[in-house]
Amino acid sequence: MSDGVVIRAVGLKKYFSAGSGLWGRRKVFVKAVDGVSFEGRQGETLGLVGESGCGKSTVGMLLSGLHRPEAGRVFYRGQDIMKLDGRERRRMRRNIQVVFQDPQSSLDPRMLIKKAVGFPLEVNRLARGAEVTRRVEAMLAEVGLRPEHMYRYPHEFSGGQRQRINIARALITGPQFVVLDEPTSALDVSVQAQILNLIKDLQRRRGYSYLFISHDLSVIRHVSHRVAVMYLGRIVESAPRRQLFSAPRHPYTRALMAAVPTPDPTRRRPLALLPGDVPSPVHIPPGCRFHPRCSEALDVCRHVEPTEVPVGSDHWVACHLWGGGA
Amino acid sequence: MDTDLLRIQDLSVRFFTYQGVVRALEGVWLSVRRGEILGLVGETGCGKSVLARSILRLIADPPGKISGGRILFKGRDLLALPMKEMRRIRGNDISMIFQEPMTSLNPVFTVGNQMEEVVRLHQKVSRKAARRICVEMLTQVRMPDAEAVLRKYPHELSGGMRQRVMIALELSCRPDLLIADEPTTALDVTVQAQVLHILSDLTRARETSVLFITHDLGVVAHLCDRVAVMYAGKIVETAPVEALFQSPRHPYTRGLLAAVPSLDEDREFLASIPGVVPGLIDPPGGCRFHPRCDGAGEPCRRMEPAGVEVGEDHWVFCHGIR
Amino acid sequence: MPSSTPRSGIDPMEWWRRFQEEHAWQLREFVFTLGLLRRNPSAVAGSCIIAAMVFLALAAPWIAPHDPIRISLSERLSSPSWHHLFGTDELGRDIFSRVLFGARISLRIGLLVVGIAGGLGTVLGAVAGYVGGKLDDAIMRCLDIVLSFPSLVLAMALAAALGPSLRNAIMAVAFVMIPKFARLVRGEALAVREKPFIAAAKVSGAGHGWIILHHVIPNCLSSVIVLGTLVVGETILIASSLSFIGLGAQPPTPEWGAMISVGRKFLMDQWWYATFPGCFILVTVIGFNIFGDALRDVLDPRIRR
Repeated sequence: MSDGVVIRAVGLKKYFSAGSGLWGRRKVFVKAVDGVSFEGRQGETLGLVGESGCGKSTVGMLLSGLHRPEAGRVFYRGQDIMKLDGRERRRMRRNIQVVFQDPQSSLDPRMLIKKAVGFPLEVNRLARGAEVTRRVEAMLAEVGLRPEHMYRYPHEFSGGQRQRINIARALITGPQFVVLDEPTSALDVSVQAQILNLIKDLQRRRGYSYLFISHDLSVIRHVSHRVAVMYLGRIVESAPRRQLFSAPRHPYTRALMAAVPTPDPTRRRPLALLPGDVPSPVHIPPGCRFHPRCSEALDVCRHVEPTEVPVGSDHWVACHLWGGGA
Repeated sequence: MDTDLLRIQDLSVRFFTYQGVVRALEGVWLSVRRGEILGLVGETGCGKSVLARSILRLIADPPGKISGGRILFKGRDLLALPMKEMRRIRGNDISMIFQEPMTSLNPVFTVGNQMEEVVRLHQKVSRKAARRICVEMLTQVRMPDAEAVLRKYPHELSGGMRQRVMIALELSCRPDLLIADEPTTALDVTVQAQVLHILSDLTRARETSVLFITHDLGVVAHLCDRVAVMYAGKIVETAPVEALFQSPRHPYTRGLLAAVPSLDEDREFLASIPGVVPGLIDPPGGCRFHPRCDGAGEPCRRMEPAGVEVGEDHWVFCHGIR
Repeated sequence: MPSSTPRSGIDPMEWWRRFQEEHAWQLREFVFTLGLLRRNPSAVAGSCIIAAMVFLALAAPWIAPHDPIRISLSERLSSPSWHHLFGTDELGRDIFSRVLFGARISLRIGLLVVGIAGGLGTVLGAVAGYVGGKLDDAIMRCLDIVLSFPSLVLAMALAAALGPSLRNAIMAVAFVMIPKFARLVRGEALAVREKPFIAAAKVSGAGHGWIILHHVIPNCLSSVIVLGTLVVGETILIASSLSFIGLGAQPPTPEWGAMISVGRKFLMDQWWYATFPGCFILVTVIGFNIFGDALRDVLDPRIRR
């Protein structure tokens, strides 16, 4: 498996117990991630897009080890992370880092920036003393901050700068794979542009591989090489970016794209109106989980869960309209 | 007859905090015309929510204070009205919906209880009749199974449904002006599409004016007739929506438009505005945008720019415009 | 690089400059807090009382006119005069001097108890709140048992079991105070645990101990300081009560509670004996309590910004 695949996830499942039913007779589960597989390739960005509650953030947590999956495996460069023992797994985890959504609460208000960025070096025993200072300084420069910022506290920075600090913390141990969990959704557009540019620039210079999680299709289109669309704990369509945006196949992907208002009043078009809300992941509809909101649903969609089928080069869709029932 | 329903003149709002005086709004001029949807765009902390709240005089005092200007609604200065009058205007003539509808709904009563109460506050009808009116209201916002929704508690509804309940409530008194403060920011795109659709349908049919506050330029382009762009407590550009998106004149507006990633085209890197939004305790002198502006010259540092009309109904506050 | 300069002893000026640079925010915050405290009347009153007590305690050997334990039977039970400001006790010892030395003892008890209980309570609470689950249950149920007794009664029982001495009284009171700190810190730790920066620390390879030490405890510290101030007052009261019933300081130690205990017998005719130590207890406890309350108001983030 040396075909440039950094991360391979196979059949990941994560169920959260959502308390029990009345009188505790029946346990209720939120099926946050319900069988997700994908690959993250060297130097590429995999965009994971979906609406709130579709489980996209949980996928990021499973990769980074913050949650243990109920089922499924994660391979890092062909090695099954779940099978490693404690210390080796911790070493392996260093290669997979996360940048979280809210730049404010991802930083401890009482921790000096120097420590907030440099502690991964210390707790992993990669450096100490003056060496930490030197590497923090270099890392801050890398993300566009100045050395004197080391001796400040988070509240002295703007949202965009805080996110730069978070990126510096994630990158300081030299990871290969970075999960970016909605890194710009708490930021204003002009700042978002700065951070997106930084993320792309770092990738180009250092060859990082990213899993970019977002609800914003335009952002996903801007940063990704490949895109996977999630709905209720499953990937319903995945394809190279250009392919997906020029020829979306799954009805949900199409509805999602048509629901985004274009920032151009001359091309105003009625937004696609997908009926209803995203169902709760506690009560996932039988058959295709999208069928209650799908305008093209067939009879088979109500009963049989579609499987992923190829519809183009490297383009996969889980939909009966494209023969996913076989 | 006056085409302006609401006219804000030279409005200034300040907040007195431990750190100093926050000049949240400084000499803002803006008007909302009858029947139009006016978009108010700006980034976090530019004062757009403060503007919305000061129209209804919802600024907490202390620490806030409306320190100058007038807000003329149908020719009457809202800032000069006694509080009792103001309360009558809120809800009857001007309504407001917020980003998080949950905060406006009481969690311990059912949606039906609360809606009935509002209906009966404004109209003298029996409980039964009020219930019927509520069902009708919810049907108008295309709520499926309105009866069942009325029996539910707010937390049992999804974000989109709650926002629809709020829209139904706020439009039930047929206000002349609806202020919508980022009503779809917390919603998913597919749900946002539904809510925007309902909002524009209902207000256009009733010729209700809307002041729609958002940071999403896509939503503005989709929904609004006219746009005002705010930066650091000031309006920098107002224009009809087509003009603003096709020929933006203020450097900030241009920067903002260039920074939005597009769904239809590929760009390797996005244009971004250098620097950060200034704090409003000690904002830059002269034009507030000059520290981040490429074309800033000597006058920008010294003088506040005056408005220039660069096209029909298109005003820009920038020294670079002749 | 400044860090590559040879280390030939620590230059205090250089150290102070570095300290200012690295702790600029904390210094600013500290000055800001002082400013708020100065504008708060009860904080000013409380801190004046505390400062006065601390001064009296520290300066006792120099300002006390007499040896607090020197017996002078010829002067027994004399009423307040210029020679004996607060009068003398049944052995002719100067009550004013004894009260001054008593301040040393009471403040030391207060600080020791808060140090021990605050330290242990904070660690227990942080571990319980951060780790959660069975360990949390185990720790908190044990502490609940302690909390379910009135603190004075439990301290009495413990002190009695350990045997009457000042050291044992301190241990007993400290033990009783632990749950107060633990409960508070646990509550805050529960909130801190859910913060994304904890997740970030985990992903970056930090262990649980490191997270508790560097994230959880620093974020609980300001509430611990507030509680600590309040507990000093309470501790002085309980410790005096223990001495009063003979379970704390033993004669001839000039402890306030012990003095009242003996002075009680003379209250009818020699009012000064019990009154002056009693007043000092009262004033000290009030001082710590109002200062603690003011500190809580001032450190409250909702009021601050």
